Amino acid sequence: MTLAQVKIDATEERLNTLDMPQEGWSTAAREDALVRLRSMGLPSRRDEYWKYTRPDTLVQPTAPDAAVLHTDEGPVFDTLGRLKIVFVDGVFSADESDDLTLEGVMIERLAGATADIHWAKGLYGVLENNGQNPVERPLAALNTAYATDGVLIHVTGTPSKPINLIYRHISTSSDAILHHVVKVEKGANLTILEDGPAAARLNMCMEIDVADTATFHHVRAQGRDHERRAATHMFARLGTESTFKSFTLTANGVMTRNECVIELAGDDAHATVAGAALGDGDFHHDDTVFITHDAVNCESRQVFKKVLRNGATGVFQGKILVKAGAQKTDGYQISQSLLLDEDSQFLAKPELEIYADDVACSHGSTSGAIDEEALFYLRSRGVPVGEATDMLTLSFLAEAVEEIEDGTLAEEINERLAAWLARRRG
Amino acid sequence: MLNIKNLHVSLEEEDKQILKGVNLTVEAGKVHAIMGPNGSGKSTLSYVLSGKEGYEVTEGSADLLGEDLLEIDPEERAALGLFLAFQYPVEIPGVGNMTFLRTAVNSQRKARGEDEMSASEFLKVVRERAKSLKIDADMLKRPVNVGFSGGEKKRNEILQMAMLEPKMCILDETDSGLDVDAMKLVAEGVNALRNEDRGFLVITHYQRLLDHIKPDVVHIMADGRIVKTGGPELALEVEQNGYADILAEVA
Repeated sequence: MTLAQVKIDATEERLNTLDMPQEGWSTAAREDALVRLRSMGLPSRRDEYWKYTRPDTLVQPTAPDAAVLHTDEGPVFDTLGRLKIVFVDGVFSADESDDLTLEGVMIERLAGATADIHWAKGLYGVLENNGQNPVERPLAALNTAYATDGVLIHVTGTPSKPINLIYRHISTSSDAILHHVVKVEKGANLTILEDGPAAARLNMCMEIDVADTATFHHVRAQGRDHERRAATHMFARLGTESTFKSFTLTANGVMTRNECVIELAGDDAHATVAGAALGDGDFHHDDTVFITHDAVNCESRQVFKKVLRNGATGVFQGKILVKAGAQKTDGYQISQSLLLDEDSQFLAKPELEIYADDVACSHGSTSGAIDEEALFYLRSRGVPVGEATDMLTLSFLAEAVEEIEDGTLAEEINERLAAWLARRRG
Repeated sequence: MLNIKNLHVSLEEEDKQILKGVNLTVEAGKVHAIMGPNGSGKSTLSYVLSGKEGYEVTEGSADLLGEDLLEIDPEERAALGLFLAFQYPVEIPGVGNMTFLRTAVNSQRKARGEDEMSASEFLKVVRERAKSLKIDADMLKRPVNVGFSGGEKKRNEILQMAMLEPKMCILDETDSGLDVDAMKLVAEGVNALRNEDRGFLVITHYQRLLDHIKPDVVHIMADGRIVKTGGPELALEVEQNGYADILAEVA
């Protein structure tokens, strides 16, 4: 298929603003990605996959300005023991980061990693490339080609604490492209925490290879800066009896597109992707998930909840693809929105495509308001209307938060959700 | 304590009058029962008093301890000392029963300008009161009313009543959906709360609950009005002869 000239022009206009880093081992992958990108072109609003989310500001040559939020609220995960890796406007900060040594893990910075890193070479751009079929994800290809920083994490054991990627946003015009590669070897375990807005505009890509019987946990809070924009991709491949669990908290943000592409490649694997999004006013949040079952007896869960008010928009595009032979698949998908007023909207496109005959897949999508009966019940017990509404809102979000396995992390996320709601109660 | 005068209430949605001039006074320390056939307005009375939306008061008044109930929000009525035990307690997934109870207790205390109850003090009190209602630790931990049996829900209502220590308790068909044993347990819970400072209004369809919660005064309600008032013997009369005789007598 030939691309429309406008698409070619828009893509080249964006590419003109970028320089491809020359880092030896990744160069071939970057050049391949650029070829991929040119054949697809950057997304435009006429693309089916971008029907509900306008890609314009994610694609345009320079990032729209985004004011930096100043808040008294401390960083998420601040009280937990963890290894900190800090990026400021998309650039690794050695000063603010911990020493990158942790038992059971090798951590290297992407930028400047000129030596041949064999394990990373086998993954960089590879999972992203696999995830381009059957749906194109041009922003991820752009990321692979032009990422300027990120971390390469090779896990061979079970580290004593999580790795916390902290993304600070300082410049109102920063435009960051970060690419992380994570390989969790057989039987190893890793938890990654992410926190912060990262930049005025962020393009983030994480490739995660979870080997047989390995475990990967991920909890992310995207930062509360109202004007920030983000397009993120996670590409994961799961081996036999492995576990992948990811949860994202998004509070505020004028534009967020979070894509998660998972391939259950080994038997008896488990994948969970969950998210809670809170939007007030100029807020657009899009969760786009694609889970491919390509092995026997795997389970996948997608649990997404959004609370929207004052004209905020939530989008969910979630797909479960069960390939021929992927028998005993258990696929679950739910996307729900709580609309706190009539100006807000939720757009959902759940999809199932099944080529095996012995599978159980369920999906559901709802939009609703606060339950008046429950609200009256709480008020009749003396709980003021604002607090009662918050309790019911948290109760709505609970199903997503419960997908976080670690109770302490779940509690941390719940506190953030409650604080966001309380600030709006005034 | 509770003074209802000439209360007229319509449904907001449809122009339908439900209460057509209710007069009722419940004194501190007394248990009043309201009986009546279906559709007589008993439950509407309990909802209007506790502040549920959807009803319009077209005439009359309702005071609790001298305060105009009809002018204040449901949470303010609760803080003032009004409690409604629901006929159908609402399930609230994702909110732990204990969290809910503690939020309710402390919200009311805060509204009255009292100190909040500490977590440890609350835990001690709730365990003790739950025990007498045969509510175990698991039921306290579970989300509010979710997966509770009919009897468990009603016991949970009484536990809330015991924790909130209201001045005026309204029980709306608390006996519905209960077997004899569950009803006895609930009645014991209610009786334990009876004292000279607290008033009760027990709304019921049948006399059997009143075998366990002995009323001082019994009212018969029909077509939005209290049509007859008497002692406990009035409930027995209903039990034996049904409502038809009484209604025919007052007609």
